[in-house]
Amino acid sequence: MVKALPRTLIIACGALAKEILHLKKMLGSAGGSIDLQCLPANYHNRPDKIIPGLEKIIASKGSSYERILIGYGDCGTGGQLDTFIKNNKNLLRLPGAHCYAFYAGLNEFDALMEEELGSFFLTDYLVQFFDTLIIKGFGIDRYPDLKDMYFANYKRVVYLAQSENEDLQARAQAAADTLGLDYEYRFTGYGELAFTIETFSISENANV
Amino acid sequence: MSDDQDEEIILKDLDDDELVEQMQDDLYDGMTAEVSEGTQILLDRGWDANAVLTDALVEGMRIVGIDFRDGILFVPEVLQCANAMKGGMSLLRPILAESENSSSLGTYVIGTVKGDIHDIGKNLVGMMLEGAGFEVIDLGINNPVENYLEAIDKHKPAILGMSALLTTTMPYMGVVIEEFDKRGILKELPVMVGGAPLNQEFADAINAHTYGRDAAMTAELAKVIVGKNR
Ligand code: B12
Repeated sequence: MVKALPRTLIIACGALAKEILHLKKMLGSAGGSIDLQCLPANYHNRPDKIIPGLEKIIASKGSSYERILIGYGDCGTGGQLDTFIKNNKNLLRLPGAHCYAFYAGLNEFDALMEEELGSFFLTDYLVQFFDTLIIKGFGIDRYPDLKDMYFANYKRVVYLAQSENEDLQARAQAAADTLGLDYEYRFTGYGELAFTIETFSISENANV
Repeated sequence: MSDDQDEEIILKDLDDDELVEQMQDDLYDGMTAEVSEGTQILLDRGWDANAVLTDALVEGMRIVGIDFRDGILFVPEVLQCANAMKGGMSLLRPILAESENSSSLGTYVIGTVKGDIHDIGKNLVGMMLEGAGFEVIDLGINNPVENYLEAIDKHKPAILGMSALLTTTMPYMGVVIEEFDKRGILKELPVMVGGAPLNQEFADAINAHTYGRDAAMTAELAKVIVGKNR
């Protein structure tokens, strides 16, 4: 008889929801033991909200699961997310400092930064919501002068693409034009997000 | 707040206290032209440039800082406020530079560390330090230890500040401090650190002299360090 896989909860940044659901589907029966719960994607710009948000979900439903994958990188918590994970049983997080790193691959991301420190990264999610998150979110629509205050130190936009989608590529190019930056395209797929979720879903304990 | 939004306020009709309060409101609303106008009116009334800076501009920005910390104001609004303050400061700077009694509190060298090009917070800190009376040397972004060493040699600062916004670049602050220690600089030079992902615990762990949570607090702490406060 096949032993049932442990019940698994993924608590993730809302910006990863679509990708994680897709991976879960691709995992077939192994994906069946995984539930996904997301925190609002805008916690991205308020990293101090991430840990309290996780605590709330873990307190309300964590006990129904044998293990929990935190769908975040460090994401600007200054190492506090790692301390939180160490102090709680059966938790694990995605590798790297942020989604740009685990999509590109940690070494590849470092190489991109080494090559040009003035790189601003886009993902499928960021391309899709560029206007809402970057243009409106940072007030560039209301105060166009702010564009230079934010991006004066930047040289290029690097679109780390999760899917091969021509519409998104055109929009990423347009985003670069709006910011007045060079444009580069890299197809990354789901990178280490896929690897982590696949290994996590088939292993029997949390320490993958 | 008032409903009579369109009832125009004539700044020069206000008495000093009302005007200062109005300037703080205008600064909060990011109204550069009005803040500059108020600054000029106070100067024309014979106010000391230092008093205009402290009572109207710095105090206004301190309030902005509190509401930013509490999540009432966001980055774009804060940047508008900073622009308004800059407008006022550009009128005061030449006067302050000329006046005999504008005793500088000393030089403060500040820069974002190597690998990091976030600079909004650092720029705000620099502005508040200038407002507090420091001569600020801004090294900009992406500074390796060599840049700090060179600046120490050249400017003999009273305090050195480092900023980092990325979890991956904060450890470099420790590298710089260690190098200062090796060279015997750390004994004499107080090093302040700041940036959103930092906290007191981290500052202690890397042996920094002082952690600055925000720009207003940093200016106050810096004054204490040079012995010019309370
Ligand atoms: C604005 C912002 C940007 C702007 C930067 C514009 C600029 N010119 O600086 C833009 C949009 C360009 C940007 C780009 C990126 N960013 Co950014 N950014 C932010 C954001 C939202 C706010 C930072 C900020 O300016 N705050 C406002 C100021 C006023 O606050 P502050 O910096 O904390 O400064 C105050 C205090 O900390 C203190 N202080 C600051 N410095 C100092 C120094 C001293 C000496 C002292 C005493 C005190 C002190 O006083 C200041 C004033 O009160 C943060 C999230 C956050 N909330 O922190 C992410 C954040 C820092 N960014 C992040 C990331 C990942 C990036 C990018 C990689 C994203 C991308 N898509 O490419 C790039 C960087 C690429 C590169 N090449 O390095 C992450 C970092 C994650 C991590 N693991 O570390 C964060 C945490 C967002 C997130 N959760 O993902 N970013």
